[in-house]
Amino acid sequence: MSDAQGQSWPAIVARDLVKEYKTAGGVLSSARQRGPAAVDGVSLTVARGETFGLIGPDGAGKTTLTRVLLGLLARTAGESRVFGYDSMTEPYAIRERVGYIAQRFALPADMTVMENLRFFADVQGVGRADQRRRIPELLEFAGLTKFTKLLAGRLSGGMKKKLALACSLIHEPQLVLLDEPTLGIDPVSRREFWSLLGNLRAEKGLTIFVCTPYMDEAERCNRVGLLYNGRLVTCDTPAVIKQAAPGHLLEFTPSDFVPAQRLVAGLAGVLELQTYGMMLHAFVDDPLARRPQIEAALTAQGIFCIGIREIEPRMEEAFISLITREARKGI
Amino acid sequence: MGKRTQRLAALIRKETTQLLRDRRTLTIIMTLPLIELFLFAYAVRLTVDHLPTVVADMSMDPQSRSFVNALVNSNYFDITGYVASQADVVRAIDEGRAKAGLVIPPDFATRVERGNAEALVILDGSDSFSVSSGYSAAVAAGQDRALGLATEKARRLGIDLKITPIVASVQLLYNPSLNDLIFIMPGLVAMLLQILTVLTTAQAVVKEYELGTIEGLLATPARPLELVVGKLAPNMLLMLVNLGFTTLVGVFWFGVPFQGDPWLFAWLSVLFVASGLALGLLVSSIARTQREAQQVSAMISLVSMLLTGFIYPRGPMPAAIRLVGNLIPLTYFIRIARGIITKGIGLSFMWTDAVALVIYGVVILGFAAMMTKKRLG
Repeated sequence: MSDAQGQSWPAIVARDLVKEYKTAGGVLSSARQRGPAAVDGVSLTVARGETFGLIGPDGAGKTTLTRVLLGLLARTAGESRVFGYDSMTEPYAIRERVGYIAQRFALPADMTVMENLRFFADVQGVGRADQRRRIPELLEFAGLTKFTKLLAGRLSGGMKKKLALACSLIHEPQLVLLDEPTLGIDPVSRREFWSLLGNLRAEKGLTIFVCTPYMDEAERCNRVGLLYNGRLVTCDTPAVIKQAAPGHLLEFTPSDFVPAQRLVAGLAGVLELQTYGMMLHAFVDDPLARRPQIEAALTAQGIFCIGIREIEPRMEEAFISLITREARKGI
Repeated sequence: MGKRTQRLAALIRKETTQLLRDRRTLTIIMTLPLIELFLFAYAVRLTVDHLPTVVADMSMDPQSRSFVNALVNSNYFDITGYVASQADVVRAIDEGRAKAGLVIPPDFATRVERGNAEALVILDGSDSFSVSSGYSAAVAAGQDRALGLATEKARRLGIDLKITPIVASVQLLYNPSLNDLIFIMPGLVAMLLQILTVLTTAQAVVKEYELGTIEGLLATPARPLELVVGKLAPNMLLMLVNLGFTTLVGVFWFGVPFQGDPWLFAWLSVLFVASGLALGLLVSSIARTQREAQQVSAMISLVSMLLTGFIYPRGPMPAAIRLVGNLIPLTYFIRIARGIITKGIGLSFMWTDAVALVIYGVVILGFAAMMTKKRLG
């Protein structure tokens, strides 16, 4: 496929994508048993310049989906393309145009920051002149200029991720795939990492595909896909997804948690009940009518109800609500 | 510079940087063969002489003393003490004070005169090296003494027994002084190189999986073959330098004669190291952690030590066991190394081993590549 053709394609296209892992049914048995699908008929499109968040609980299939897109895993059925290039037949064309930070990805720890950048530049085929321009730029961008001679293994967790990002950007990709890039780093570094991504998006029009378990990160995306048990449950803007939670949300802190939880869940008009730390989140059909009813029911049992108020559902509540409904469907 | 060349150069440079930066491993790789050479040159002996020996001489006369002297003069026995009886001799060996014992019965001298004297040599059978040299030395000393006595007796009877009817004159080719190091050095160098090559290759690859660096490499345009070549090339060079260096030390420091063609040795070494790398790659496709890689490599080392002819001859082994030895590249290269270094023979005498090494390398490399590809998918 020529680049001109590629220009007309969206950054990522998946159609009815299926990935099943072979289960270890004995090496000698001729017919391998098919395991449950890790990715089960996913269709999605990521437009150029978009920041797309793939959220879902652990084991939902986020990493598998990302790997299939890059051609690191063979798909079982369906179609997957990046910039129009097929993941299976043209993986190298994809990898030349894409930056990737894998979830368990580590940079060679016994090479310095500079050696790492040079290595990835060379492997990506970046010319010497471009390297002389790009490397100082990226060091500056990632705040690593002072640490060029430091071994990558000596960097802090946040700095390692920034170096990984710098390495994945060395060949000026049009798309980056980030698989839980901020896993295990502190909140300040997370914020820094995302502000770097924000700059890239604004300045270069970079397309970002990010897998994340963090809801605050999901809210930064243009669109969010919720993956659960290998299926794409929903895929829309954060604003629309937040509306997916049923009814209105009342938040309160009961004085006696467990009985209150049992009691409120059974009340009329309570569509769904979620726990949130020491608080309960009750989704109700009519907040004005149900609020006094809940208070009354709890008081009757001798339970105080502190700070009851209606709040805007966030991604987190919508996410839990969607997952819970999806899990019930499965049973 | 094409992108392909640039990628390969980058991969080789990366591996070289990492290899040279791991000083501890590098030191072990470079010094282990030298340490073993020093041990075999200065400490370890395969032939046992000067066995500590106790004597129960119950005859105590010139005949018995001259027999004891004959044993001592063979250099295989050192008399460390005299005891009273056969039981005391056995006890000395039980206690580990002696490896050998000599029991001479009270009527030794009279029976010598009659021509049917017996002396008992007791050897510590728990130590087979001592037994085999002690056994032949005792038999030889006994026969020598008997022949001397017979000749003397014949002369007294007026018969001249000057001529011994048969003399087996033995000529030792290649290693006339029976120097252990000459026998050991080529095999030792080859074996250590195989152990180190398999281990470092397997470790280098498995490390990428274990540390999670492999995914970053795979997500680049680097092709699997480039990744493998980039990984193996620096290791191959390191091992060849190591092999050359150790051989030079063996020849120039320890004076092991190098009889054959050094260039032939160099070329066949390349083949040997390549097949070691292939075996290492195969190990890496089976092992998931560096620890597992170490254990599998250790198993291969053990088999190599026992079945390749490094110390124990392959001739007496059952055919099935010999086949197991054939699965180890060392088996072929030990014959090549001894052939070139010790015997000084050319390729025409060992082309089968060279061809076997080539076939081995190709088959194992293909198999390892298949397994690696399966694993990456």
